[in-house]
Amino acid sequence: MLGFLRLNEVSHIAGRVDSVFIFITAVGLFFFLLTQGSLIYFALRYRRRKKEEEAETPYITGNFMLETVWVVIPSLLILAIFYYGYVVFMEIRTPPAGAAEIVVTARQWMYQFKYPDGRQEVNQVRVPVGKPVKFVMTSQDVLHGFYLPSFRVMQDILPGRYTYLWVQPMKEGTYDIFCTQYCGTGHSEMRAAMVVMAEKDYQAWLTGEKKAEAKPLAEQGEELVEKSGCLSCHTTDGKPKIGPTFKGLFGSTSHFTDGTSAVADENYIRNYILQPNVKVIKGFQPIMPTFKGILKDDDITAIIAYLKTLK
Amino acid sequence: MTEEHPQHGESPEAVFETAKLGLWTFLATEILLFGGLFTSYIVYRLRYPDLFHAQYQYLNRTLGLVNTVILITSSLTMALAIAAIRRGRQWVSRLCLVLTIMFALGFLGVKYVEWTEDFSRGLYPGTNMFFSLYFMMTGLHGLHVVAGICVLSAVLVMSCRGRFSEQYATPVEISGLYWHFVDLVWIYLFPLLYLVG
Amino acid sequence: MMQETAFEQPASRGYLAEKGFRSWALTLDHKRIGVMYLCTTLLFFLVGGMLGLLIRLKLMYPGEQLLSNHAYNVIFTLHGAMMIFLFIIPGIPAGLGNFFIPLLIGARDVAFPRLNILSYWVFVSGILVILGTLVSPMDTGWTFYTPYSATTGAAVTALSFGLFLVGMASILTGLNFVVTIHKLRAPGMSWNRLPLFIWGMYATSIINVLATPVIGITFLLLACERLFGVAFFDPTKGGDPLLFQHFFWFYSHPVVYVMILPAMGVISEIIPVFSRKPIFGYWAIAYSSLAIAFIGFLVWGHHMFVSGMSTVAGVIFSFLTFFVAIPTGVKVFNWIATMYKGSISLDSPMLYALTFIFLFIIGGLTGPFLGALGTDVRLHDTYFLVAHFHYTMMGGTVMGLFAGLHYWFPKMTGRMLNEKLAKIAWFFIFIGFNVTFFTMFILGMEGMPRRWAQYPPRLQPLHIVSTVGSWILAVGVAVMFANFIRNIFKGDPAPANPWRGLTLEWRTPSPPDTENFEEIPVIKDWPYGYGKKTGAKND
Repeated sequence: MLGFLRLNEVSHIAGRVDSVFIFITAVGLFFFLLTQGSLIYFALRYRRRKKEEEAETPYITGNFMLETVWVVIPSLLILAIFYYGYVVFMEIRTPPAGAAEIVVTARQWMYQFKYPDGRQEVNQVRVPVGKPVKFVMTSQDVLHGFYLPSFRVMQDILPGRYTYLWVQPMKEGTYDIFCTQYCGTGHSEMRAAMVVMAEKDYQAWLTGEKKAEAKPLAEQGEELVEKSGCLSCHTTDGKPKIGPTFKGLFGSTSHFTDGTSAVADENYIRNYILQPNVKVIKGFQPIMPTFKGILKDDDITAIIAYLKTLK
Repeated sequence: MTEEHPQHGESPEAVFETAKLGLWTFLATEILLFGGLFTSYIVYRLRYPDLFHAQYQYLNRTLGLVNTVILITSSLTMALAIAAIRRGRQWVSRLCLVLTIMFALGFLGVKYVEWTEDFSRGLYPGTNMFFSLYFMMTGLHGLHVVAGICVLSAVLVMSCRGRFSEQYATPVEISGLYWHFVDLVWIYLFPLLYLVG
Repeated sequence: MMQETAFEQPASRGYLAEKGFRSWALTLDHKRIGVMYLCTTLLFFLVGGMLGLLIRLKLMYPGEQLLSNHAYNVIFTLHGAMMIFLFIIPGIPAGLGNFFIPLLIGARDVAFPRLNILSYWVFVSGILVILGTLVSPMDTGWTFYTPYSATTGAAVTALSFGLFLVGMASILTGLNFVVTIHKLRAPGMSWNRLPLFIWGMYATSIINVLATPVIGITFLLLACERLFGVAFFDPTKGGDPLLFQHFFWFYSHPVVYVMILPAMGVISEIIPVFSRKPIFGYWAIAYSSLAIAFIGFLVWGHHMFVSGMSTVAGVIFSFLTFFVAIPTGVKVFNWIATMYKGSISLDSPMLYALTFIFLFIIGGLTGPFLGALGTDVRLHDTYFLVAHFHYTMMGGTVMGLFAGLHYWFPKMTGRMLNEKLAKIAWFFIFIGFNVTFFTMFILGMEGMPRRWAQYPPRLQPLHIVSTVGSWILAVGVAVMFANFIRNIFKGDPAPANPWRGLTLEWRTPSPPDTENFEEIPVIKDWPYGYGKKTGAKND
């Protein structure tokens, strides 16, 4: 029960979050003792003794010095708290390059995990210890949450777009994943487990008898790209055609005719497939047709996985 | 320093000042109410410019312009109603109130024609984002026109009962302020929906 | 201005004299309207409280015992919506505010008495619509996030209309108060002689007027999405669920300051009276109310750090959020400084006022954990958050309401409360509250999410502790209400000024006459001139 007092060693980030927590606790404790102490002390020390007579009280209406001090000092302290929280937040929001990616599809009331090799698991995900893993998450219905209490991080999952969460587990074990965004009757039973395995156990599982029934996600994506007619306008060998080449597209910066630019991440690709020509890339015409109604969300996820392999 | 303070039975000027502050405060709430819709408009306009380009053409710009002229004229007749009662011209004031109400009804009539035209072409609030915005914004505005008609009718009844004079015309002035606001909202709505495609 | 010390028999029942349903239902008297609001909101406090007890009862068991998941989800939704919309938002403003704003500024009534009674009946009509939705009750949580609230089968559309009406009542009340405070102050009551409760109510009313319309349009859009398929929040039509959250919190964050500022105003009145000292830093407290109101409009995104909102927006909102701590801290320091070298009497109003400060400090100090980005990712939507807002809303606002009720009970009813009973009630409330809610901080740190009907069994011991706390709290509240109800009818007659206060309401009889003052007073000084005046220049 008092486990919360132990310092977190499950991941580096978790330790960082706990450090911010401890810092805020320290500052808070200081003010707590100062204010509550004064409150209780004054209430007792200056208590009216006799009912009829009351002591003469000094006519103090303010003290500029004191009031300035208790504006300036708290201001500095809270700025420090903000800054520390901000720094750690940026670490939380910046997945390391080369993190393995696992696609998470949430729906009422379960999590489906898709591995790069096409394997799928429901309500359980396996990762090797010591390596960073990035969850690319979307919902099929309403809002959901994705909370790893031991890792001190959480992120909401939305329909119609992707959100991300990354962790680098440093200790083997099985860790809770909880849904923290109310999603209906089964909300409190929507839980999963992240199993962090030693490297050799993880390899054994990967190549073990439970071979993937489904093709790897990227392979599915390649098939879809061929079937859906994308190659009429796009190449995969680096040469621009009617549209920009897919080679190296993911993660690159697109420059648009209106002067703005954007990085081609998951949400960008998804939006462009469904709503092309909102912004037109320099050197190309706004003639891409929309694939809304033709490609499902899962298809788009697979295509994105394929595009990631075309470096 | 003592202030004049309007309590019940105090000078009409003081009562008027209080009522005016009340109405301006109310208009602030209305700005925030419509503000939510205008914010949504900006958000989705920036996100889906081609949708707006494509869809706004289905709106009947002629009728929209007619309605704009109707509303501006009704604001004029409203201002005349106030000016008239300030000079004690009871019948002129009542006539102008009646005209304002007629114009307001006309506005609603044109709106009815527009909306039924849209429905007959399969354009409903749920059709797409542009029409969601169009129906919500003109719909909320229309409700305010209806409320305005009710208020102005009540004021007309009060006028016919001889309640107003050069000294006291607060309800006329206050409802006039409200009516100008309703007109002003339309002046923003019209270009945003009908023109800036 | 000297005070009466001898008890008097109430010469008349003052504003309470006239009897009959119509004299109440159609009254234009702000005092009666205030009493009606108080009775209605306190009723929902009790109903909402019983729902809370039911929640805690079910949570003693980790599995699907006692209540089905769905029943539990409905109950916590009702508990939240009822407490927030039907009790805490109208509570002090429409209840104590209506009764005492005209009295404190030396007016006979509010600026628009007919609008005032209209607002009450709009409030009641909203309540009736909301109660009607119980045939198909919602389980969305009081925050109604889309897409779930737009697609679920329950009576969300009707509820949206009911809440729209309740919000409309808030707007009308706020509008009335803004105009009243500007235009109806007694001669000589310049802004620097305004009681701090009025400053607090002024800031509150500005928030009410500006923020509530936004939740109004949000509810309207939600209803229209359900009725007509409007696309604003619907991701399948290009809409954005996050837009709903932005609109929702643009109101719902400022509204927490609607909840706390009136309570802080009550505390600012009580502390000087019971310390027999002038309030320390009058202008700092007055301006801090306005500052809190202003900053409160800029920080709504701190409810959305993990919602999918951009990192940049998160950073900006977190930065701005911390600034609200400064004016809040100013108030706390100033209240405590007021007590320094005072002559403090721990009567029940003062006891509750000190409890407010004590519990609100805890609630306030747990805010930075949530406002700081690095820790919010751990604590958001966990029981840590539940504890934080119960400490600020119940430990804060509700204690402030209790303090105000004990302070002003003699003025409103013409009778005194039983001090012994009040202190017994206080004891149970204080212990029960802390046992119930402090435990929740620990539960949150242990990873317990909010709105969970079932939970991992390892958390059960903490939940049991919290539930036992809720029973202790319930005993205290029951004793307090027994005190109120008994003494309305059987309490000792109250003098005009039992606490020897200097604000204007104490110059009227207890209870006041319908007209408030025989003659409108002319104000020559601020209302905090307690204690010996030195020769030094002061505000």
